[in-house]
Formats: sequence, structure tokens, C-alpha cells
Amino acid sequence: MSILSIKANSLSKAYGTVQAVKNVSFDVRKGEIFGLIGPDGAGKTTLFRILTSLLLPDAGQASVDGLDVVQDFKLLRQRIGYMPGRFSLYQDLTVQENLQFFANVFGTTIEKNYALIRDIYVQLEPFKHRRAGALSGGMKQKLALCCALIHKPRVLFLDEPGTGVDPVSRKEFWEMLRRLRDSDITILVSTPYMDEAELCDRVALLQKGEIMAIDTPEGITASYQRPLFAARSDDMYRLITDLRTLEPGADCYAFGEYAHLALAGTASRSATPTRPTTLSRRTSTETIQQYLESKGHQNVEVLNATATIEDCFIELMHD
Amino acid sequence: MRTVLYLVQKEFLQIFRNKFMLPMLLVMPVVQTILLSFAANYEVKNLSLGVVDHDLSPMSRQLVATFGASGYFKVYNTVFSSKIADADLARDRTDLILEIPPHFERDYVREGAGKVAITANAINAVKAGLAIGYASNIVRAYSLNEATTAAVNRPPAAIQVEYSNWYNPLLDYKTFMVPGILGEIISLIICFLTALNIVREREVGTIEQLNVTPIQKWQFILGKLMPFWMISLVMMTVGLSVGWLVFRIPMLGNLWLVFAYTLVFAPCMLGIGFLISNFAESQQQAMFTAWFFLLIFILMCGLFTPVDSMPEWAQRLNMINPVKYFVEFMRLVLLKGATFADIQQNFFTVLGYAAVVNGLAVWTYRKRV
Repeated sequence: MSILSIKANSLSKAYGTVQAVKNVSFDVRKGEIFGLIGPDGAGKTTLFRILTSLLLPDAGQASVDGLDVVQDFKLLRQRIGYMPGRFSLYQDLTVQENLQFFANVFGTTIEKNYALIRDIYVQLEPFKHRRAGALSGGMKQKLALCCALIHKPRVLFLDEPGTGVDPVSRKEFWEMLRRLRDSDITILVSTPYMDEAELCDRVALLQKGEIMAIDTPEGITASYQRPLFAARSDDMYRLITDLRTLEPGADCYAFGEYAHLALAGTASRSATPTRPTTLSRRTSTETIQQYLESKGHQNVEVLNATATIEDCFIELMHD
Repeated sequence: MRTVLYLVQKEFLQIFRNKFMLPMLLVMPVVQTILLSFAANYEVKNLSLGVVDHDLSPMSRQLVATFGASGYFKVYNTVFSSKIADADLARDRTDLILEIPPHFERDYVREGAGKVAITANAINAVKAGLAIGYASNIVRAYSLNEATTAAVNRPPAAIQVEYSNWYNPLLDYKTFMVPGILGEIISLIICFLTALNIVREREVGTIEQLNVTPIQKWQFILGKLMPFWMISLVMMTVGLSVGWLVFRIPMLGNLWLVFAYTLVFAPCMLGIGFLISNFAESQQQAMFTAWFFLLIFILMCGLFTPVDSMPEWAQRLNMINPVKYFVEFMRLVLLKGATFADIQQNFFTVLGYAAVVNGLAVWTYRKRV
């Protein structure tokens, strides 16, 4: 048995003249949560559809759980669970009827695999006679996960499970995914949220149909090379425009209640990750503070910042 | 096969849960049968008649009275100038002008022949044709009557036409319409429902979830078609009951044959609905496409205008009109008491049709996006 659960080899797919996926290759190991991170239109859903045998790639091969997605699609469909980005269960059927239906078409019963979905289903149980269409976003998502799991798949595909769900439900959802991984299910998950990326075992950063980086979330943030600061003042909009003119090659973007300032050049990240070196040696929190105050900003605060996946992503997008 | 049953079960769950669907399936055939059968009536009554009487003789007045007594005509006015009568016709006050020439009575008595002119407003050709037909019948009957009573020494007209309308002796239009309308409604509803139902899965996105399951193409298709197949039988039962209870339509043929035929015919319309759904991306597209075909099918099926009077090319085109076969079948079996031997050509044509349409539908259905 191979330790690789998903193998994608130079996959390409175009819709008309739009190249949705360009020469994408990646491997997912058995029992890991692998995240496809990218903005809308990066090609995440297209990749999912190819890997779940719904779409034929124009070029390249892929196998899931050792089965070719084009040749062995019939067998493959028994072994994978897919949760599309859009809620795709029957809104006019109840929670229980939906689950029963999907158990039936996979030739199994709810009882048989109840252990796998128990943690999730207990939360749904009070609403089991409610129509799926009348559930809240988080509940819909849990039901969709139950339905995708009911036949005990070996690989689970979750396309943007966090979209349209409140933060608490999202957190719970990720806890469930970790438990599922521990029962040896490989999970491929896509998300446009960078905070979810940090919960994956490994991630691939996807942009315009191409993979920019594949690593663990820590590995990705560790590879961030630029001096990074967080700054804020009373006038954030002006602060961002002012910081962009601080020195050549500086990037500044809003990041929560702060603005992140990434300077050109390389920071040595091994010892003290945020201390500027080489080119930006002269620039420090103090110099930035002075610069901003000289521009007339009130209540200025400047800190050294640690790179997050989002910072890495923005940097990679600029390359 | 179990998978198909699960799909059918799911489909029925959805149908019965839909507040709109069940009334539509049961009420629509009833309402349409009743409404259309009463309204789509070719009998023309109360035609407005303008009379131009240049003769003003007892005979001419008697002739006019005969028209009035027939039940088909109401005398609008009696004038003495063709111009005034023409103007009334032009203004749509009258449908028909009966013009009696001067010396009508004298000529009739003297020469045994009289002439009257009938002018009809043929904007509505059907109405005009019927009006002239009725009027000629009245004139002929009148002249025969005159000939036998007034002129005893003259032999009655040599050729007399005796009418008898077989299979619908009283020329009751309802008898003629109900079986056809039943055929039309069933075709319409099941074709629409199938097309919309499948496209709905695509529009709502549920098809994506279904497509990653091991459900096979034939199972999915059978699961989609079977519920509406069964529903067609229910609709037929309801429709026939209404036809019998409300209209007392004759049911000369074997009702089992009617149901057996419905089972063969329904897949034709289901298949067409399915085929449409394969090419439509939204319910709206499916609706318009289905409507385009159904409108042609219905208007050309012989329900409203006889197929035999259509031009040659239209009759040939009609060979691909499934509704035509159904309407024809219903009339033959219910009104004429046709047996299987009589309709077997129709039966096998429809069987073949169903096979071809469904074959095409299966072939064009794609499980992959």
C-alpha cells in the first residue's frame, strides 16, 4: 500500500480560452490534511472536480487512493467523499432522509458507519426531522460532512467548507477534521481563508491555476524573507499610502486592525526573525514611527510582525 | 436495482412534499378536461343573421322564420337594401346575410326553382363554413318541404342526402374532445415535469453530489423516469373518471388497452423531457425549450384541427409528433372501440419512438461535468 493518497501529475484544464489549472502537480500523504489555499478563481474547484472524477483533465494524470481518476472512476466513487463548495443536498428532504438516501445509494446503512459520524451527528440529531433547506449554515455544513462520510470514504474532498459559516462553527468543523484524520482518512480541503490554512498539515498555495508553493504552514511562513512590520494610526488609509512611499520596494496592505509593511530585502529569520538586516538595516520600528509622526499621524504604533500565511501569499502573488 | 428503488423513493418523497406538485398533478387534468371540453367547442350557435327580403311574400317570410326556428340563427334585422345589409356585415353586427330576390315566390311556384343568396363573413373560416353549411341545410329542407306540400303534382327532388354520424351520432363535441384533451394533458405534464425535475438537480447543485456516488447512468435515468411514469397512469385514471362522470364519454374499447398504451406512450414524453434537460442549464431554458416543442405537438396533434386536412408536408412532419399518436389512439379506442389489432401500427410506432428518444437521452446524458 502506497503511503501516497493523492497523486496529481501535471494536471491542466482549460475552459475555452481560460486556463483554469496549469500544470499542477502535488502529492498528498495518507492520513494528512492537505490544504489548497488560494483566492476565488485560483482553480481550486476545478482541481477538486478532476480529482473526484467529475471533470476530465486536458492533460496530466491523477490518482486517488491508487485509482486513476479517469480510468477507474467507478471504483473511485466508492472510496471518496466529496463535499462541494455549494450546499448540494436535497433542501426539501429532512436531515435524516438526506443521510439515509446517501447511505442507501452507497449500499450501506447509517448504523454501519455511525461511529464515524457520531460526533457530528449528535449535534444534528435534535433537528433530524427538519428540512435541510431550513438549517443554519453551520448545520448544513455538518450535514453535508455526514453525507460525505456515511460510506466511510478513504479520501475526503472538502471544497471551501468554511465559506458562509460562522467562526465558532468553523472552529468546531476543523476539530472534527482533525479527529477524522486520526481515524486514517486523508483530507483534501480548499479554502480562501488564510487562518484555516494554518490548521492544515501541509498546504499548496494556488494562484491563477498554478501552484506557487507547497510546504507545511510553518515551512511556508519560515521561508518568508522580508522584514515585516505592523503599524497603525488614527488615519489608516493615509498611513498605508504613506508607508508605500517609505522606501523603494515596500509593500503595505491592511491586516486586521494593523497595516503590514513588508520591506524589500532579506531578513535573516533564523535567530531573531523580525530584526531587519542588510538593505533595510537602517529601517526599524523607531525610524518608521518617526517617519509617520513627521507625516502628521496621531497615535502611531509600530511593531515587529511575524509573517503569517497571508503575508507569504501576498508576497508570492507579487512575484 | 435496489439503487433505482431508493432513487424512486427519494423522488416520491420530494413530489409529495412539494405543495405545488400534487395539486398540479391531480387538479390540472380535471380542470383542463372540464374547461377545455366545454370551451373548445366547434358547434356554432346564435349566428346573427341579416335578412334582405326583396320579395316580401308569404314564402320568403316563411323561409326567414325557418331560419329563426332552427336554433342556429338569430335574425338580427330585415332590411330591403343589400347595401345596408353589407354594412351590417362589415361592422360585425351580422355573421351572415340571407338575400331573397324579388319574385322569389313567383319563380318558385312557376318554374319550380328559386334562388337565394347567402353571404358569410369568413374572417373566421371555421365559423363561416359551418354557418353556410347550416344555412344550406335549412334552405334545402325548406324547399323539400315546400315541394311536397305545396306542389303535390311535382315529384320531390331526386337525390336526398341522409346523414348519420358514426361513433358520435349526436355530433357531441365533448365526446370528441375529452379523449383527445386527456392525451394532450398527460403528454404535456409529464414532459414538463421530467425536464424541469432533472434540470432542477443541476440548477440546485444536487447533481454534483449524486455524480460522485456510484449511482450509474441507467439507474439515475430510471430513477427519474419511473415516478412520472407511474404518475401518468394516475392522471389517466383521474382523467377517465372525470370524462365518464362529467361528460359520460363512451368507453367502447378495452380500458386495459388504454392503460397498457399509456405505459408505452408515457416514456416517449418522458424521454423528450429528459433529452431537453440534457441540453438545458436552467429550469427556465428547459421550460422554454419544452414549451416550444409541446406547443407544436399540441397544435398539430389533431386535437383542434384534423390532421387529414393539413398540407401533405405537415402530415409528414406530424409523424414525429407523439401527441398525435396518443390523441388518435384515445379516440379510436374510446369512441370507436378499436382493439389491439386495429391500433397495433400506432402502438408499435410509439414503442419504437420511445426507444429512440430514450436511447438518445441516455446517450447524451453525461455524468461528468
